[in-house]
Amino acid sequence: MFSRLSTNLTRRVALTARYGCRSITTHSQLPEEHKMIYDMCRKFADEELAPNAGEWDKKHEFPTDAIAQLAELGLMGINVPESMGGVGLDALSYAIVMEEISRGCASTGVICSAHNSLYLYPVVEFGTPEQHEKWVTPFAGGSESLQIGCFGLSEPGNGSDAGAATTTATRDGDDWIINGTKAWITNAYEASAAVVFATTDKSLKHKGISAFIVPNDAEGFSLGAKEDKLGIRASSTANLIMENVRISGDNLLGEEGQGFKIAMQTLDGGRIGVAGQGLGIASAAIDCAVNYALERTAFGKPIANFQMIQHKISEMVLARDSARLLTWRAAQMKDAGENYTREAAMAKLAASEAATMCAHQSIQILGGMGYVTEMPAERHYRDARITEIYEGTSEVQHLVISNDVLKEYKSSY
Amino acid sequence: MKVLVGVKRVVDYAVKVRVQNKSVDLNNVKMSLNPFCEIAVEEAVRLKEGKHADEVVAMSIGPKQCTETLRTALAMGCDRAIHVTTDLRTDYMDLQPYAIAKIFEKVAEQEGTDLVLLGKQGIDSDCGQTGPMLAGFLGWPQVTFAANLEAKDGGIQVERETDAGTETINIPSLPAVVTCDLRLNEPRYATLPNIMKAKKKKVDTIAADSFGIDLEAHNEVLEVFEPPQRQEGIMVDDIDQLVDKLKNEAGVLA
Repeated sequence: MFSRLSTNLTRRVALTARYGCRSITTHSQLPEEHKMIYDMCRKFADEELAPNAGEWDKKHEFPTDAIAQLAELGLMGINVPESMGGVGLDALSYAIVMEEISRGCASTGVICSAHNSLYLYPVVEFGTPEQHEKWVTPFAGGSESLQIGCFGLSEPGNGSDAGAATTTATRDGDDWIINGTKAWITNAYEASAAVVFATTDKSLKHKGISAFIVPNDAEGFSLGAKEDKLGIRASSTANLIMENVRISGDNLLGEEGQGFKIAMQTLDGGRIGVAGQGLGIASAAIDCAVNYALERTAFGKPIANFQMIQHKISEMVLARDSARLLTWRAAQMKDAGENYTREAAMAKLAASEAATMCAHQSIQILGGMGYVTEMPAERHYRDARITEIYEGTSEVQHLVISNDVLKEYKSSY
Repeated sequence: MKVLVGVKRVVDYAVKVRVQNKSVDLNNVKMSLNPFCEIAVEEAVRLKEGKHADEVVAMSIGPKQCTETLRTALAMGCDRAIHVTTDLRTDYMDLQPYAIAKIFEKVAEQEGTDLVLLGKQGIDSDCGQTGPMLAGFLGWPQVTFAANLEAKDGGIQVERETDAGTETINIPSLPAVVTCDLRLNEPRYATLPNIMKAKKKKVDTIAADSFGIDLEAHNEVLEVFEPPQRQEGIMVDDIDQLVDKLKNEAGVLA
């Protein structure tokens, strides 16, 4: 009990030192730099993303120009240190960026998130200086043409149970030969490299997993058909199929057997990204619903005057804002160098549930207009659903949270 | 060439303003960089990128929150900033274009400015007077409503918007004052690295009352009111009724 108290105290002191205030509860309390990032991303999303998001979704069209613009603005290498060609911003900035970008276009959000937190993060964190130069700098947006990355953990037969990977890596001299299929890979069609997890010794289970950087033009590397998805349709999702793909020994990321740890640590950060995406979708749904409620009249008055609609609006904003506080807390803890596994899972869970709830209620407020593609409410509804699934389903988040709580209680006496 | 750019902090264009006590209520209202000033900043930064300007200085007059507006200008590429502090309202209620132009005159002289770039007007009071008054005080040539600007042999050539199209004005040598119109350029988004850099750029603070200028408002605002709400349309039964209404109610037909 006492130890828990003291950890909380240390946490608070660390956060206070960094931000000069105990907690940040609204955008107006953000540090000046973060406020500017928020303003810039908000404007960019309103002007460049939101007006096109519907069209991209309808045509399943990858937003090539928008991604190039994001790279110019530094949003495709947000957390990458400046020495590697990125911008070197903190996790709080990342959460803010993800929310605003996803408010404009959820597909652009996931492209940005998979690239930043699933591909770049592990390579930056566990890569060697040589790997940084080759596999980070051209991907961080500083150079002329941006390279995009993807992340291969899930397989057709297993998802969050990462230790069960059946993709194999076998040594051949100095090289590795990779065999197997990775499923549900965001950015598969646009990426030029993937972080792939494979087992070097199945008998060791999760301790036998290693991470590799696999170039997508390697011989034996191919892509499955593009998945036809419910939402986030402007991003590509496909299988990565590797048949005797030979990669150099230099492409091992971290140490042999460290793969599981790399994957788990990457997913913690990724969950802040998905939480941000959920917040963005929730906000877009709220914008759409509230504006409509103020305009639409029934029985001689705007429907916003009815308590039943007001109750929905209040519930939506409450869920979104609560989730935002959880997300910012997780980000601040990450920035303070603390263990934030539980907090990231809570943020992701709350934000994704807020997204589906808000999108659902948004359609309800719009009625028939919510059900047709003329208004964006139905797209928010389709886009929201995935946030409760990828980077760990809601059920997996509950598992992560409760395991961490139980561990804490078991170890406190 | 040394460029001085005016950046005004105004009520954000997307805000539906409310009137309280004979003025626009500024409490809890989102404020941002005046869109026309943003165009002036963009043009100044382009002059710098085109190696025509050596230094671009952003200047704002107003309360302490103006530093946020100045940071935006710095993040877009201005080199440093001057904040002239005052708690007087700058939306014509207290500090009016005459005094604002006087302050700009002092700063432009102190700074050795060659070109002053301003927005054609602030979207709060929509006066459009600061630029012309400033040119008058300084005795410099001016071009208002710039739609295109090119640096040329130590001078500038400016295309300006008129009701009948555009006219091109050549100012063979600087200094000069130019006010910027909507079509001049499309302002950039501040990139993340530039947002980070902006934090380290210098912002000098000068109190508005230290210039020895009369800051009093010489015009009195008698009334500020919201535009009347648009009435719902009506359906007429026939042409006769329409003509009758146009004649007797709308008064548009004799």
